Amino acid sequence: MPAPIRLRELIRTIRTARTQAEEREMIQKECAAIRSSFREEDNTYRCRNVAKLLYMHMLGYPAHFGQLECLKLIASQKFTDKRIGYLGAMLLLDERQDVHLLMTNCIKNDLNHSTQYVQGLALCTLGCMGSSEMCRDLAGEVEKLLKTSNSYLRKKAALCAVHVIRKVPELMEMFLPATKNLLSEKNHGVLHTSVVLLTEMCERSPDMLLHFRKLVPQLVRILKNLIMSGYSPEHDVSGISDPFLQVRILRLLRILGRSDDDSSEAMNDILAQVATNTETSKNVGNAILYETVLTIMDIKSESGLRVLAINILGRFLLNNDKNIRYVALTSLLKTVQTDHNAVQRHRSTIVDCLKDLDVSIKRRAMELSFALVNGNNIRGMMKELLYFLDSCDPEFKADCASGVFLAAEKYAPSKRWHIDTIMRVLTTAGSYVRDDSVPNLIQLITNSVEMHAYTVQRLYKALLDDISQQPLVQVSSWCIGEYGDLLVSGQCEEEEPIQDEVLDVLEGLLVSNLSTPVTRGYSLTAIMKLSTRFSSINRIKKVVSIYGSSIDVELQQRAVEYNALFKKYDHMRFNLHVLYDLVSLLFQANDLLDLLGGNDVVPVIQTTLPTKPASAGGELLDLLGDLSLSGRTTVNGLKIEFTFERANPNPNIAVITIHATNTTEADMTEFVFQAAVPKVITLGMSLSHRAPATPVAGRAQCALTKVARYSVSSGTLVRLASGLDVRCVKKQCGWLGCVSEDA
Amino acid sequence: MQFMLLFSRQGKLRLQKWYVPLSDKEKKKITRELVQTVLARKPKMCSFLEWRDLKVVYKRYASLYFCCAIENQDNELITLEIIHRYVELLDKYFGSVCELDIIFNFEKAYFILDEFLLGGEAQDTSKKNVLKAIEQADLLAEENRPRQFFFSLLS
Repeated sequence: MPAPIRLRELIRTIRTARTQAEEREMIQKECAAIRSSFREEDNTYRCRNVAKLLYMHMLGYPAHFGQLECLKLIASQKFTDKRIGYLGAMLLLDERQDVHLLMTNCIKNDLNHSTQYVQGLALCTLGCMGSSEMCRDLAGEVEKLLKTSNSYLRKKAALCAVHVIRKVPELMEMFLPATKNLLSEKNHGVLHTSVVLLTEMCERSPDMLLHFRKLVPQLVRILKNLIMSGYSPEHDVSGISDPFLQVRILRLLRILGRSDDDSSEAMNDILAQVATNTETSKNVGNAILYETVLTIMDIKSESGLRVLAINILGRFLLNNDKNIRYVALTSLLKTVQTDHNAVQRHRSTIVDCLKDLDVSIKRRAMELSFALVNGNNIRGMMKELLYFLDSCDPEFKADCASGVFLAAEKYAPSKRWHIDTIMRVLTTAGSYVRDDSVPNLIQLITNSVEMHAYTVQRLYKALLDDISQQPLVQVSSWCIGEYGDLLVSGQCEEEEPIQDEVLDVLEGLLVSNLSTPVTRGYSLTAIMKLSTRFSSINRIKKVVSIYGSSIDVELQQRAVEYNALFKKYDHMRFNLHVLYDLVSLLFQANDLLDLLGGNDVVPVIQTTLPTKPASAGGELLDLLGDLSLSGRTTVNGLKIEFTFERANPNPNIAVITIHATNTTEADMTEFVFQAAVPKVITLGMSLSHRAPATPVAGRAQCALTKVARYSVSSGTLVRLASGLDVRCVKKQCGWLGCVSEDA
Repeated sequence: MQFMLLFSRQGKLRLQKWYVPLSDKEKKKITRELVQTVLARKPKMCSFLEWRDLKVVYKRYASLYFCCAIENQDNELITLEIIHRYVELLDKYFGSVCELDIIFNFEKAYFILDEFLLGGEAQDTSKKNVLKAIEQADLLAEENRPRQFFFSLLS
């Protein structure tokens, strides 16, 4: 049989293949040849064959049939065989297969080999892919080599020990004695790997950490020598002496100094020295400064040092090298909570980074900018952030929009500014805002009573420009429905639209292809609400009745309900609608039941029991008008809170809990609760424990846990109207209210 | 360091060194995805990116990308120096190294890497020492090589 082709020959041949198929054919042919060669147990060419196999493996072809051959190579006496064998083991074997354990004995022998390069191979392989079993078996050998005076082996043993400790943490103890004089070595390789070993031990064990704290002075000394010593050609990188070692020492110091005043004190000077003397023109100097900053920020350093560190980061931000800027932003993000004021000083530079071309830098700059927003800088910062929102990539828009909303909520200098900011977000990034923003925004607008006219006018204008961004359209529709009267009444600063124009716009939304079903729902409801505010009732009636036969089921149901309102309960229309969508929005906001209103409106359920006759002077308090979205209202001292939640375990039941508190001095009696719901909904009402006709003592929390249970099939939208009649009877000169309920 | 990958601008793998235990399938998946991500980066972008829960540091030298995945507490900037040091070693060894050298002598590239890094950390910070060790090991390998006919007469 002719000698197998050489490695380079094979590589050359494979590279001439013009197609994937051709390559595959060549590979298969060669693999077959290699397989038969293996079968023949050919010692001479095993090395060459395995090397070829490794090449083919790198191209992506299977090579597992070479695993055992690697083991044979490792066992061979020839150095070339061992070299390729160990390489093959590292590439082809994996600790999940038992095959790898067969290596253990070979490695053990090689760790004791007379040639240091063979020992080196064994240490390298063990330190790279040794499994826990192997590490357990061979830890003793590694420990022995850690104590040798041969620095070539000592440095490798140290890193091998790191791997052993990672795999079998319990073995850490056994390496402790060997670490005794590791740092007294002159050899930089040993020093470097020793520091890595010590770092690993300190990170893993608090006891080790305590034990090694005493090394701080020695580490400081070594670092000092590196900085002060003259030019050493062997370890010099761009004028800096052994930056790799410097960085590792700084990292170990960080771990040792953390939460320990004395150690931190001991390293204070050297940190200041490194921070001020390191050359910053090249990456290598900045790498050291970066590590120094991380250390300063993590240990118990004095404030002067911390400011120095932040200023270094500030300088980094101005560096031309984008890598440096990136690293600075990452570090500042970590320290912005603890050293807020110091970071604030670099705010303008950070904001400039929003315009950087690099995506990672932009993202960090954005996060940092939001962290730096406060009451003082909100106006300026928001300008920058809104500009960023305009121009940034889509992947940022959602996060940025959320961040803007949050910041605006916290620090808005005025309501008008707040509304303007929200408008800006909705118009520039409207399609990216999160779903829950719509109800939140509606609530915000509701609460800003004095801004209603301004808001509705601006939103109306925005609608005229663009109806494609659904959140904007939804909020606008809602506002128009709610405050349409303000819109057309001339309360706004600009020329007011006439009613028909407004209805045109809303109807336009209904028919537009751009509108989602949810949006259509909003617009139909808005149109309906305008029936109580506008005079063009007939037009509205027409629209509503048209949609009574809409293909969209939800729209249809809404329309039919509204139609019924027109027909049967015209007198209630004014009051009901307010609650209708307040509650429906609450439902949406809480992501509760998505229930569809029924086909018909059921008459108001009367639930009163015979009560004490009201004495003269009793009055009916109509609480319908003023329920806010948070489900809370206080009228004449009676505080009512609505809470909504899904019942457990049946999610088709909404539990509306009404908590009434008597905040007046006087007692209240005759509390009547009435609720109207569509027929499809089953309403169950219960009073938690109050006996009827018991006066609610003044200032007492009424335990009126009114539980209204609604069960409807899920997947539909519900609207509920409820009214509260509170009969408050004045007793003496106060008011008396009587609570009466029906179970 | 968790792993280092070397690949060409066409996405062909030239070297892969794994310091964490993963199945072949996982390695292939990671390699494919990461190579795609790095190749998609524009020249003006910085050398660092977050990928899964790792930090990735990469640098392009001529037609080869050197890509390292490091852990969160590792220093990105010094990793760039590590990569650079490896390239310098290759350069010294091969004499003005180019991609073809790595292709045709991939096993040597591994040997050099394994003399420089062990378990993902630098064993020796002296260029001279690493190169000397490789040189000696090469000599040792030479002694093993089946010699020409006339040498065998002497053994």
